[in-house]
Amino acid sequence: MKILVAVKRVIDYNVQVRVKDDGTGVVTENVKMSTNPPDDNAIEEAVKIKESGKVKEVVAVTVGEDKAQETVRKALAVGADRGIHVKVDGIIEPLAVSKILQKIVDKEKPDLIFMGKQAIDDDCNQTGQMLAALLNYPQATFASKIEVKEKSLEVTREVDEGLETIEVNIPAIVTCDLRLNEPRYASLPNIMKAKKKPLEQINVADLEVDTKPRIEQIKVEEPPKRKAGIKVGSVAELVQKLKNEAKVI
Amino acid sequence: MSREVMEYDVVIVGGGPSGLSTAIKLKQLNPDINVCLLEKASEVGAHILSGNVFETKALDELIPNWKELNAPIKTKVTKEKFLFLGKTKSLSWPTWLLPKVQQNHKNYIISLANLCRWLAEQAEALGVEIFPGFPASEILYNEDGSVKGVATQDMGLDKEGNKKDSFEPGMELNAKVTVFAEGCRGHLGKQLIDKFELNKGKDPQQYGIGFKEIWEINEEKHEEGMVMHTAGWPLDNNTYGGSFVYHAENKQIFLGYVIGLDYKNPHLSPFDEFQRFKTHPAIKKIIEGGKRISYGARALIEGGLQSLPKMFMPGALLVGCDAGTLNMPKIKGSHTAMKSGMIAAETIIEHLNEKKSLSIYEEKFKKSWVYKELYAARNVKPSFSWGLILAIIFTGIDQILFRGKLPFTLKHKHADHDTLKPAKEMKKIDYPKPDNVITFDKTSSVYLTGTNHVDNQPVHLKLKNPDLPINYTLEKYDEPAQRYCPVGVYEVQKDNNTNKFVINSQNCIHCKTCDIKEPSQNITWVTPEGGGGPKYGNM
Repeated sequence: MKILVAVKRVIDYNVQVRVKDDGTGVVTENVKMSTNPPDDNAIEEAVKIKESGKVKEVVAVTVGEDKAQETVRKALAVGADRGIHVKVDGIIEPLAVSKILQKIVDKEKPDLIFMGKQAIDDDCNQTGQMLAALLNYPQATFASKIEVKEKSLEVTREVDEGLETIEVNIPAIVTCDLRLNEPRYASLPNIMKAKKKPLEQINVADLEVDTKPRIEQIKVEEPPKRKAGIKVGSVAELVQKLKNEAKVI
Repeated sequence: MSREVMEYDVVIVGGGPSGLSTAIKLKQLNPDINVCLLEKASEVGAHILSGNVFETKALDELIPNWKELNAPIKTKVTKEKFLFLGKTKSLSWPTWLLPKVQQNHKNYIISLANLCRWLAEQAEALGVEIFPGFPASEILYNEDGSVKGVATQDMGLDKEGNKKDSFEPGMELNAKVTVFAEGCRGHLGKQLIDKFELNKGKDPQQYGIGFKEIWEINEEKHEEGMVMHTAGWPLDNNTYGGSFVYHAENKQIFLGYVIGLDYKNPHLSPFDEFQRFKTHPAIKKIIEGGKRISYGARALIEGGLQSLPKMFMPGALLVGCDAGTLNMPKIKGSHTAMKSGMIAAETIIEHLNEKKSLSIYEEKFKKSWVYKELYAARNVKPSFSWGLILAIIFTGIDQILFRGKLPFTLKHKHADHDTLKPAKEMKKIDYPKPDNVITFDKTSSVYLTGTNHVDNQPVHLKLKNPDLPINYTLEKYDEPAQRYCPVGVYEVQKDNNTNKFVINSQNCIHCKTCDIKEPSQNITWVTPEGGGGPKYGNM
């Protein structure tokens, strides 16, 4: 078996994101970037399954500018066998990413496709689902536990009501939740070895995919500042304020 | 448990200007040499904080075509001001009356973090192996006592030091020569200085704490290339310090404050002095209507030549501010740090090729322009122990009339942790509350640093005696850690009428002030798990 894992380069989760002055987007220059956190869980799970002997190869793929290669290198440093970088400049929407991944799946023919449940930059939560539709594969989203069986997967999903366990046939797409596992650290020797692992570069133009944006972005604004809270003296005052000022009761 | 071992010709600890310059110079002199550079930050630049008005002298020698290579050095200094601040007034000092070392017209306003990112690219292109996110946590020694290399930090330990599932042991990196380039108060450099008695016969080292904020200001108030310094208010005549205001690119200004850590009043809060400074009419008018986008702080080394330790020992060299090469009257240390690294590289090549002793580092250093600069600068900082006014008069005579050639050398008398007076003998300082427009509290400031340390790891701020803060320091000095820490790591909390000393180590921004100023030297800063600490952008 073979697992393809999609990883995305995003602004590091510790960085305070700043909106550009002209409202065209957020500042990314000289900002610390990292792998999208749930993508780290996706890689970790794929590598664990490989270590259990159920899978032969783990391939990491990313779609993005030149520097997006760093996320593939990181995946290689924690155990992926080889990498693919589809080079695209600028922002690219989930639909386009899924179409690109569809082409990669056609070429690589993996049995399983893993990725994070959503990216922490645009929070779309769409790519996995769209890819499942394009490929007509079953999907298991928000996975917090994965068990690999003969020709299927048993996946525990994090849903609003609690946990849901489903079984999907292979080939399948799984989007991973942060609770799935604890990603390992890349060790120094493994980072060095990762530099020598194969990383194929593909130009998006060669895939003949329509990556045109479908969404027009009008303006990016900072969320309004939260107002400071107040202390109320009594329950009566609280009720009065909720009724007359907040107008929620 | 045995750790994996790797062998290099040279291992460099720290990816700041001195370490990166050492690496680049080594590869220029010998492309075949194996050089490994460890950096504790998640990427090169993320722990770098500096003013910075940059003198290109060292870079001109190291990479003469830096302009063609698109180095992030763009904003030439076009205008200069020096202000003495009173409480509400300000007096502008004519620039021609400033000592030559404080004139900046040939220099550039830069982000040192961005310069380091660029230097790292140059180093990698030459084949230097750079590993960000790997702090060197331990010095390794050969049987003969010489330095053998360093070990990286174990990753994946819990609070009690037990291995988590993600545990990844550290590695031993052995080198023919190890270069320590950790910056001011490096935690390994400190151990080496002790072990090899490198500071024997030298004056106690002197430090300062520097704050920096980046503001985006209104276009009409922005004068790209303008460099302004101030002295005076809000500090009293006996506290050493001053501010900088640099107008950089993109409507940004770099606004900062430096306070000598030899201050005496334990009630003084460097953070609050900086915040208060911004309310001065001469400063407020610049930033009013603007927005603060970054905040950070870092200790800097100010002792100069009198406190400069011996920089070589068997198997290892100290470079840059890990030793203390900053030029205080110039308020610059990047060019001297870089040059010290370049001299270290030349030393190492001769040591490896011609079996020369590493002690030639000192001879080479003494012949270089860095030494001449530091020699001429040596009397300025110690004169400030007489107070601001006398120091300015003396500095005028020393720097303008004699150009640093007076036939005597003033001494630094005390280490910074020895200068605090008991709290009850000193006046309490009433700092104004932050308005959240011009001035801020520590909580909202630490948020801007992007600092983080993975939960559930051993606390990296170690107390030699855990009872001392409450039983002694609180009583005698009103526990000054609550105030000198720029991000509020240390708190004294009342719990059922008993006082508790709390260390919020996840907020630490690796400035090292506690390690320096704690009156009993009870706090030791050690490396946290790799990648922890601030995520500075263009600081």
